[in-house]
Amino acid sequence: MIAHFSQIATIFLLVAGLYVVIARGNMVKKLIGLSLFQTSVYLLYILPGKVLGGTAPILDASFAVYANPLPHVLILTAIVVGIATLALGLTLVVRIKEAYGTIEEDEILARDGSKESVTDKVKIAGNKTGRGGNGA
Amino acid sequence: MIDAAMIETAVTIILLLLLGAVAIGIVRVRGLFAAVVLLGVYSLLMATLFIVLDAVDVAMTEAAVGAGVSTVFFLGALWLTDTVEAPAKRRQLMPLIVALVTAGALLWGLSDLPQFGSPDQPIHRQGADYLASSLPDTGIPNVVTSVLASYRGFDTLGETTVVFTAGIGILALLRRRRGEGGN
Repeated sequence: MIAHFSQIATIFLLVAGLYVVIARGNMVKKLIGLSLFQTSVYLLYILPGKVLGGTAPILDASFAVYANPLPHVLILTAIVVGIATLALGLTLVVRIKEAYGTIEEDEILARDGSKESVTDKVKIAGNKTGRGGNGA
Repeated sequence: MIDAAMIETAVTIILLLLLGAVAIGIVRVRGLFAAVVLLGVYSLLMATLFIVLDAVDVAMTEAAVGAGVSTVFFLGALWLTDTVEAPAKRRQLMPLIVALVTAGALLWGLSDLPQFGSPDQPIHRQGADYLASSLPDTGIPNVVTSVLASYRGFDTLGETTVVFTAGIGILALLRRRRGEGGN
């Protein structure tokens, strides 16, 4: 249990992010949860690269034990891709705010539902008047 | 005499406990502004932890991008939208169940993982040995740089493609907005 403490703590952080993504309806809060999730995944990758008593993978004659550089490279790529997708997500939130006037998921769904029923009614009404017009 | 490995383990555990506290704060807080600032704190703590875990390049990137740029992006988005989250309407059980099942599955898989920080882990014994081949092959003492730019240069090319695509997407979305505003 103590030996795996760091991994258990990482899993807790991961699941906290996942919970925020699912449970909260606010879109910005969802993205905050996604960032929390993502940052915890970085930790999950970096943890096994570490050797206790070692040093950073910059070669020097006075050191012999280094951390594994491969996870570091993968996570550097992931961080940069993560900020790109985050920026795109936030732009979509800004557009949603302008189109719907809200960034709460349930309010957007409610507005979409009412809009659909309104257009349906308009269509039905349009068909009726169309027929009426033909008849007259 | 306390050895370096013990100090490293102790600092790692303390930083993980701090990260856990900040994560609980992010989950519980209702104001979006507070959540964004807490996320910046979380990223900075994570960068500190990366230094302890000998991932100095990742730590610098995380401090600059995670704590810096992404906080600025979030604040910009808050300025254009709302800073207050709507209060919860009812207590939902489903997200908690999904989170707990995921945690359970991950904890179950944990039992097979090697011990943290031991040099006998498969990751250190198998696969390409960049530490030994970096200097003769590329002449770069920083192995992360040589792997990123030389051995895995195509990965980095793909990464820049993703960033470019995201930039095009953002420009397209914002331009449409400006056009509608002009009309």
